[in-house]
Amino acid sequence: MVKRGGNDEDPPEKRPGDESVPDASSGASNVLQFPTSLKKVEPEAAAEAAKPARRVPGSAPAREAPPAPAPFDNELVQRLRARFGDAIGEVTIDRKQVIVIVDASHVREIALACRDDEKFEMLVDVTAVDWPRRERRFDIVWNLYSLTKNERLRLKAHVTVGATVPSVTSVWVGANWPERECFDLFGIVFEGHPDLRRILLPEEWQGHPLRKDYDILKQDTEWVREHLGIESGQ
Amino acid sequence: MRTLLIPVLCAVVIVALLPLIAGYIVLVERKVMAHMQARLGPMRVGPHGLLQPIADALKLMLKEDVIPTNADRLIFWFAPVASVAAALVAYSAMPIGPAFQIADLNVGLLFIVAVSSLGIYGVVLGGWASNSHYSLLGAMRSAAQLVSYEVAAGLALVSVLLLAGSLSMKEIVQAQLDQGVWFVFYVPFGFFIYLVASIAETNRAPFDLPEADSEIVAGYMTEYSGFRWALYFLAEYANVIVVAGVATTLFFGGWLRPLTRYHDHFPGTHVELLDVVPAFAMIALALYCFRLAPRQPLRVQKRVMAAAGVKCVLFAGILFAALFGSDAVREGVHGAFWFLAKVGAYIYCFMWFRFTFPRYRFDQLMRLSWQFLIPLGLVNVIGVAVAIVLRERWDWNPFFSLVPTTIVTLGFAAWLTADKLELSGTDEDIAAESAAVLPGSGE
Amino acid sequence: MSAGNEAAGFGTARGVDTTVLGENEIILNMGPQHPSTHGVLRIKLRLDGERVVDSECIIGYLHRGVEKIAEHRSYPQFAPYVDRMDYVAAVSNGLGYCEAVEKLLGAEAPPRARVVRTILAELQRIASHLLWLGTHALDIGALTPIFYSMREREEILKIFEKYCGARLTTHAFRIGGLQYETYDTFEYDVKRFCEALAARIDEYETLLTENRIWVGRTKGVGVLSADDAIALGVTGPVLRASGVQWDLRKAQPYAAYEQYQFEVPTRENGDAYDRYLVRIAEMRQSRLIVLQAVEQIPEGPIMARIGKVLKPPPGEVYHSIEGPKGELGYYIVSDGTIQPYRVRVRPPSFFNLQAFHRMARGAMVADVVAIIGSIDIVLGEVDR
Repeated sequence: MVKRGGNDEDPPEKRPGDESVPDASSGASNVLQFPTSLKKVEPEAAAEAAKPARRVPGSAPAREAPPAPAPFDNELVQRLRARFGDAIGEVTIDRKQVIVIVDASHVREIALACRDDEKFEMLVDVTAVDWPRRERRFDIVWNLYSLTKNERLRLKAHVTVGATVPSVTSVWVGANWPERECFDLFGIVFEGHPDLRRILLPEEWQGHPLRKDYDILKQDTEWVREHLGIESGQ
Repeated sequence: MRTLLIPVLCAVVIVALLPLIAGYIVLVERKVMAHMQARLGPMRVGPHGLLQPIADALKLMLKEDVIPTNADRLIFWFAPVASVAAALVAYSAMPIGPAFQIADLNVGLLFIVAVSSLGIYGVVLGGWASNSHYSLLGAMRSAAQLVSYEVAAGLALVSVLLLAGSLSMKEIVQAQLDQGVWFVFYVPFGFFIYLVASIAETNRAPFDLPEADSEIVAGYMTEYSGFRWALYFLAEYANVIVVAGVATTLFFGGWLRPLTRYHDHFPGTHVELLDVVPAFAMIALALYCFRLAPRQPLRVQKRVMAAAGVKCVLFAGILFAALFGSDAVREGVHGAFWFLAKVGAYIYCFMWFRFTFPRYRFDQLMRLSWQFLIPLGLVNVIGVAVAIVLRERWDWNPFFSLVPTTIVTLGFAAWLTADKLELSGTDEDIAAESAAVLPGSGE
Repeated sequence: MSAGNEAAGFGTARGVDTTVLGENEIILNMGPQHPSTHGVLRIKLRLDGERVVDSECIIGYLHRGVEKIAEHRSYPQFAPYVDRMDYVAAVSNGLGYCEAVEKLLGAEAPPRARVVRTILAELQRIASHLLWLGTHALDIGALTPIFYSMREREEILKIFEKYCGARLTTHAFRIGGLQYETYDTFEYDVKRFCEALAARIDEYETLLTENRIWVGRTKGVGVLSADDAIALGVTGPVLRASGVQWDLRKAQPYAAYEQYQFEVPTRENGDAYDRYLVRIAEMRQSRLIVLQAVEQIPEGPIMARIGKVLKPPPGEVYHSIEGPKGELGYYIVSDGTIQPYRVRVRPPSFFNLQAFHRMARGAMVADVVAIIGSIDIVLGEVDR
């Protein structure tokens, strides 16, 4: 590839940490061995080296549309259904990711079962999606991850405006901030949250910006005028 | 009249020159720092940033003088002045060469230690008067730190006092001349303790907790700006020079040149062989500058190098001419040269440490003083006392008598560092301390 | 496992009670303008002398509504915005976003693009860790390491600049692959950098690893147990320093990571010192990955054929990568139009910072900056 300008006698030094790293799957012997005193690359050599790397036209695979979300079932789902009955709604698989629709009022118990019995130890994220035309307007999304099984699971609940959702902070303390963020940006109230305050926006701010009916240019002009002393933050 | 004239002259020179010297120490520090950190440092104002201190001073004087609304104005005004005054007064007993000293007090050392400790008032009052939490934390840290390290430094000084038998700075140097050896070789641990304690007393890294910029913004100086801030800065560097001067006088023979016992003359003159060394060193430095000058990339850099060379030649000339003057002139000039050279080396060590070490945490700082330096200092003092008794009573060779005590101290230090000095504290300590302040944290 | 969660009360920062203070207590506001809160983090500390009794992180000073903006941009238009979240690791952000959209589209970048992505992402990890190392050391009072680490970071930024023209917010990738071919001496530059890096990391370690003061300042500071870390959703080097050997590059490989062999450095104590060691070891591992990858960059196209207008079919996807600071996830919901219906970014710093309250209990003021530094937060990402 690149012209070797230096002396190849000096083997590159190996650190203790390096020893344990096996060679790459192919071209193994070359991985760590290149001259230690390369000074410059001959232009023609570089050009030579670069040539084969140029774009080879037209061999990229065309895209296939992903399959539409489909119903899904496995032992985990059956166990959950057996235990929580109607609280577990539809279960789908979308782009190889399992989504379990749950009843918002039973989330805490389901979360506890997921954590302790199904070994989803980590709450990766809590967030929401706003669908203003739906009656139950918000999707609350809990992304779980199992360190033991290396699997992900997504719980999803549909809730109406003004409905409260049980907080899962008693299951995963890490839910604290993301739930506050949901409250801040969507106005979703988590019941049992120890400290449900705005987190990103100022405490006095009016409105919940990530709702779809909150225009992107909208702002709390009162707050801006009062606290920043300007007419508009735009 | 004459007895007053020289001290007044000296005092004027010190007060007039010290800000300039401090400014240039800052420049040197920045250059040394830049060199250690693979960069250039100040390069813009004047060739190689040589006028930077003057520009800085001008800027600081012209800056708006901000006083926080809730500050105690009188004390806020007074605090930096107190700091600088204390630092400057300490110079009055400092012998810069045998000829240059404002007053040779018979309690000179005590005076210097006492007066320079007064500077803490400036720090504490300034931190308190600012009415800011950061300032207050800085002031408290500073007070606690000074108290702790003053003890350690005092113990280190006592070991020298035992050897010298006097508190007068001049007589301490004279004692080193008489005994024919710098005291650092007699009491290396005394020097070590003083080195550490003096860094801590002057609030320099790694003991710069009172102004730890990453923790409490700027500590007691947080609310200060402009010229008042510059006064604090001046006081800090003045204090650095004071402790360097004390260390030089006590441990490195003050203005004495190395090999004080060697007195061979050039044949036919009264010029000693070794006295020409500084002049020749200066000339060598000048030649080096001249050799580098043409290789500089820019014309201005060439000129600066050449000017530095000329300056070295000038110094060499003075040093050389002084050899043929009267004894007083010769000793005055050469004494000042050696004294300043040693002070410079000591300050360079300060800088070196500053750019190498991370900062101690407050409890670690305290542990270091109370659990390591002070016990070590006590053992050292006892050792020196025993050695002196051996010397006086049984006529032991002074070196020979100090070797076992030093070894004992070394063993004690090793024991302290091995078992006792848990800088971060044991887990139980931390748990206990946490439990003390945290209600209901017994998880 | 459950033991950590039973003690649920610990992590629920209820805000610092500023009304009733003990005799020796003060409230100290650190930030949002403070030299070592790494941006605009504000921490309210309740102190007893120098000891932290209670703490609360107040964030949002850098909130720009990135997720809202996403709903009003087309998929490719939004890509440059993600670079502005974790602005010291823009390449990693871009990688996560592009791969998430590709997953949503059902497309996959060609092998050559994936390898180049891996190289750049690993270089970015090194750059991010270098910046962390310098600033962390500076917080603890070591003035010098930052200049050394910046010197090396500069080399990485130069490679980025040569590759895509930008140094910091690179926007290096496109959905479906790469926009740019690698430049002529790309392999040579990368190799030369990696070659020099090993000795440079040794240099930092000489300054810090066995330095008594450094060890004293970081060992036993900001301890986070593995259970707590998992319960708090902490990821990345902070989690690994607590003894959980989990790295998305191994667990759920993306880009071209499954082709390369590397280790996931782990430590047990979960203190600031271990986080330091883990990140140092990670730099070495990243260097090895880059060396393996650059040796054999497959030839071929650099863009998948995904069409000019991106209209992912309705549905949703969560995709996450191992960013330099932890699990960087994108949850994207599509309604079939050219604009995403919802983009949720799962920023690692946000979750890691949550653990600060836990780590800072009983610490001293000086430890607070050491802990913040050891978490390695970027406020652009926390606040979005």
